[in-house]
Amino acid sequence: MHEIVVLGLNHKSAPIEIREKLAFSKDEALSFLEQLQYSDIIKEMLVISTCNRVEIVAGIENKLYGVDAIKTLISKFKQLPLNQFENLLYIYSGNTAVRHVFRVASSLDSMMIGEPQILGQIKEAYKLSISKKSTGVILNRLIHRAFFVSKRVRTETGIGDHAVSISYAAVELARKIFGTVENKKVLLIGAGEMAEIAVEHLIRNKASDILVANRTFERGMELAQKFNGKAISFEEIDGALKFVDIIISSTASPDIVISRDKVKGVMRPRKNRPIFFIDIAVPRDIDPEINKIDNAYVYDIDDLSGIIEENIEERQKEAFKAERIIDEAVVNFSKWYESLAMVPTIIDLKNKIESLAQCELSKTLHSLKHLSNNDSQAITIMTRAIINKILHDPISFLKTDGCQIDKTVYTDLTRKLFKLDG
Amino acid sequence: MIIIVSVLFYFLSTAAYIAYFFIQKNYLYKIGFYLLLTGLFFHSTDFIFKFTQINVFPINSLQDTLLLAAIAIPISFMLFQYKLNLKILGGYAALSTLFITIIAIFLPTQRSAEIQNLFKNSWLASHVIIIFMGNAFLSLACGAGLLYLIQEYTIKTKHNRFFFKRLPSLELLDSAGYTSIIMGFTLLSLGMIIGFTYGKIVWGKFWTWSPKEVCTSVTWILYSALIHERLTVGWRGRRSAIMAIIGFVLTIFTFLGIIYIRYA
Repeated sequence: MHEIVVLGLNHKSAPIEIREKLAFSKDEALSFLEQLQYSDIIKEMLVISTCNRVEIVAGIENKLYGVDAIKTLISKFKQLPLNQFENLLYIYSGNTAVRHVFRVASSLDSMMIGEPQILGQIKEAYKLSISKKSTGVILNRLIHRAFFVSKRVRTETGIGDHAVSISYAAVELARKIFGTVENKKVLLIGAGEMAEIAVEHLIRNKASDILVANRTFERGMELAQKFNGKAISFEEIDGALKFVDIIISSTASPDIVISRDKVKGVMRPRKNRPIFFIDIAVPRDIDPEINKIDNAYVYDIDDLSGIIEENIEERQKEAFKAERIIDEAVVNFSKWYESLAMVPTIIDLKNKIESLAQCELSKTLHSLKHLSNNDSQAITIMTRAIINKILHDPISFLKTDGCQIDKTVYTDLTRKLFKLDG
Repeated sequence: MIIIVSVLFYFLSTAAYIAYFFIQKNYLYKIGFYLLLTGLFFHSTDFIFKFTQINVFPINSLQDTLLLAAIAIPISFMLFQYKLNLKILGGYAALSTLFITIIAIFLPTQRSAEIQNLFKNSWLASHVIIIFMGNAFLSLACGAGLLYLIQEYTIKTKHNRFFFKRLPSLELLDSAGYTSIIMGFTLLSLGMIIGFTYGKIVWGKFWTWSPKEVCTSVTWILYSALIHERLTVGWRGRRSAIMAIIGFVLTIFTFLGIIYIRYA
């Protein structure tokens, strides 16, 4: 029976320089999985490669040689000397490996706990394995259980709730103000990575018109094109305040770009529709006093970071609950895995009894020629029923209690008792 | 007494809604909703039972009147819930119904023999029912206004994440409040017209300068000002919420005033 092992490195165990050298692209992963057919020791394999981790999940025949076999395989495939990465690897086997896979799938091992991408990445990795038929009974079961556990963790704990990045936090806030971001007009003042991510995130949530104001109009045009929006000049900002709903500001200006009085002045023409300022700039672009105006809301970078910090703490609390769900899943998986060891014995037992019965049955039926077809059929059915009844208890014992303690004791006993080994 | 049973259900419904607020599991508000519905069922049964007993629309005692006022709140919330998805307001509705019903139980049950004429009674009954439904909607507007102020405060001060997470968006609270005010105001106006007509039939005058007429008119003017300002200059959000609360306080005041004059 194959043993489950996990070999890998992640953001905690290895620096980015090594991680990027070992990362597998989709095509690389596919040809790596093909190597499986040349190995006698590695029986099943799955390659998970994301920007934070590279992991090989495998089912191996022999733990002693199997792990080394995988290591050399990686080293050869990536043309990287083993000594460069060997001591950065973590190696798990048995229940620890199962727990690790469950934790990764549930996003407990991620850099940002609870981030949702990892499950999709594992699904993708599993698809590759399926296309190369590189997973068998054990890994299939393991991965399916991992998906199931991950889903449970997500629905039963709050691990994925609450934004943990500036752009998510901004959208979450916008939702609490406007109800929905859909069809809201966005004005981006200045440029900058964080501000642009926030705008992209708003677009994904179906924000409608995007306006971009930049000191250099050309740069503004470029950005506007990227967001499918419209560029306006800096002077036009005041006019735009009358109709935009969300303003994201990130300029290098040392002074305030939008003053309190300007906003105060536009509230009446806006008919007091709410307006939300997200100020990502340092020094700040938006006068914090604007927050005191009715229906106007200002959040600066510190406010947003404060929210994120609280949310991360919240997620960590939820992670404890998730660990409990995972403990339970590991126990269940190991029960199944242990029962797998009994399968050959159970099959042998069944075969032996059935062949004995079959032999006796044909002898008897042969000498009772006067029986009608129906009668002999009834006898055959009865014989099967007797076999099933007799075997039911021993088999269920082997499947449950038999693998609780030392499984070999009971398999050996069964094998001797029924002389299964010839 | 059947009413005790409905008090029990209102109490359980309130508890379920409070639990929903803290634990945020969806089944809890559903339980709350159905408990409220069951409470309403027993409450209405009690009312119909009284109706058949005395053969006049039962609004002649202080207790009867208040019980009718209480019945209107869950009904208006059910109608409201049908339109807008503002679950947490159910907790407000359940709590206020519970509160009013309990007060009603301890009030005098003695009925004044004032109105026995069936024709007059049906005028008065429709007047009272419509006004009470209007008041119930105005109370929901007040509830939405209170929630709006809390949520606005948490967003402005940026710290209290507890309410931030649990309360719905400002937009939803604001529009829910406004919808309730429109409903309440329409019913209030209609009820007042019927009231005036009734006055004309019984006393020969539309307007008698009675305190209750004056108070009701002041409330009506306040709400019409609120709606007018919203439509013209866009009074929304905080100001609208505060007005909804003041308006409802005034409504309660009017109601209590009338009761005081009538039964004291």
